[in-house]
Amino acid sequence: MITFDHVTKRYNSNIGLDDVSIEIGKGDFVFLVGPSGAGKTTFIKLILKEIDADKGRIMVKNREVTKLSNREIPMHRRNIGTVFQDFRLLPNKTVFENVAFAMEITHQTKRTVRRQVPQVLSLMGISSKAYKYPDELSAGEQQRVAIARAIVNRPTVLIADEPTGNLDPDTSWEIMRLLDIINQRGTTILMVTHAKDIVDRMNKRVVAIEKGRVIRDETGAYNRHRDPDVKTARDGMVYSRAGGLLNKNDK
Amino acid sequence: MINKLGYTIKQAFKQIFRNRAMSLASVFAITAMLLILGVFFLLIINVNTAAESVKKDYNTIEIFLQDQTDETASQQLMTEITGWNDVASVKYRSKDEALQILKERWGESGYLLDSLESNPLPNSIVITVKNLEGADKIAQNAKKLNGIEDVKYYKDTVDKLLKVTRGMKIAAMVIMAFLVIVSVVVVSNTIKLTVLARSEEINIMKYVGATNWFIRGPFLAEGIIIGIVSALISVGIIAFVYSRVIGSLGTELMTILSTPLVPLGFMTYNLVWIFLALGISIGAWGSIISMRRFLDT
Repeated sequence: MITFDHVTKRYNSNIGLDDVSIEIGKGDFVFLVGPSGAGKTTFIKLILKEIDADKGRIMVKNREVTKLSNREIPMHRRNIGTVFQDFRLLPNKTVFENVAFAMEITHQTKRTVRRQVPQVLSLMGISSKAYKYPDELSAGEQQRVAIARAIVNRPTVLIADEPTGNLDPDTSWEIMRLLDIINQRGTTILMVTHAKDIVDRMNKRVVAIEKGRVIRDETGAYNRHRDPDVKTARDGMVYSRAGGLLNKNDK
Repeated sequence: MINKLGYTIKQAFKQIFRNRAMSLASVFAITAMLLILGVFFLLIINVNTAAESVKKDYNTIEIFLQDQTDETASQQLMTEITGWNDVASVKYRSKDEALQILKERWGESGYLLDSLESNPLPNSIVITVKNLEGADKIAQNAKKLNGIEDVKYYKDTVDKLLKVTRGMKIAAMVIMAFLVIVSVVVVSNTIKLTVLARSEEINIMKYVGATNWFIRGPFLAEGIIIGIVSALISVGIIAFVYSRVIGSLGTELMTILSTPLVPLGFMTYNLVWIFLALGISIGAWGSIISMRRFLDT
């Protein structure tokens, strides 16, 4: 689904990404972790083609992103839903309008909008908030709206840039549960996060970046069978199994 | 397609309404600019018509005769002139005929001339020139003739008039260009404010995959609507003022200058198209300039 082939990106003399090669398959759920300035945001911006790589090839859904013309970028982005830490909802539009807005952009008919938006809102568990404005909602509800907007056009990839960064732990888990549901419906998810407990408990593939290089790429199975409470010299993270697997607990 | 257009125009009106004060400011600025432009436009077309009407007399030289020059003498003069190069025809115009012509030119105010006790106009010989290059020589020769009072030769006047007209046209063009640039800046600033106010929205639109034209459309329409409104307002004001000018001093001015003013209907018709074209391009240009930075990805 997403392939990075020896991708390098520099900002003046600073390294954004340094010769990164990675393959994310269809339906994968991948966590992208690493300290600030490690290159996570660069990674996402490259996928969205907000910036261009200096070297290497990036493929998304069999299309070479690095070779897209400016005119092709909008179509490319319609295939990718994006969710941010700060929600980025339009304050003067209702929840319904915020989600419908993403569909208007692609010139869907009113009928399709009226059918699809309530479906997505109900999937996100915010049907009752459809005619409220973002500032009348809690942070968790706002993030659900943002996710609804990101998936309403049925993108093949969902990119979440620290979606739980502004949320308390309980709400964070609710959001993670929703992302997991979306993932199970076939959407590839790439989530940037700092929350180690979430990464550990979700038991998914983890890609760690530091100083522009991939320093760790482990599948969930590896995580699960890993010795708990062991401090690894390589990444300095503490793993704990406490809490178990969230999605199994919820169902 | 119609859906798209409807969406764009609806958004544009929303934006204009949301930014009432700034939209109004732009409308004022463009209207003021178009008004100044309109004054220049009126001046130019009127000077042009004046020049055209004088040009009709371009190929004639009129020799005014002294009162004591009798008919035989004038006959002799005419025979002499006919022999010159480049003379197409020679015609005698008595003072009564001259008065009649003047009366016709003055039109409705012609009755004013009836109160004259005696005819102050001189007899004259009107020479029609075959070749314009020869006109100068004929005029010079005519001045040397006996029994004449003055030679009225239009080439000088026309030349001067054309020079003045040309100068005015160039000056007006420069000022107009300057005004157009100023209004583009004003509009682009107004729209930049709308764009800034909605930069977050634009960003989100870009993430969701909106095309540049989809984002630009409403802003472009906003600029165009502001342009159209300004154009219509300024044409209205100019037509109103112009009709007043024609109504009050127009007819008198026309008779005195012996040249007609451009009629209101003709003027308005032309001005509407010119102003609409200008207004739309200023609006569109202004909004494209202000959007460029935001869509540059």
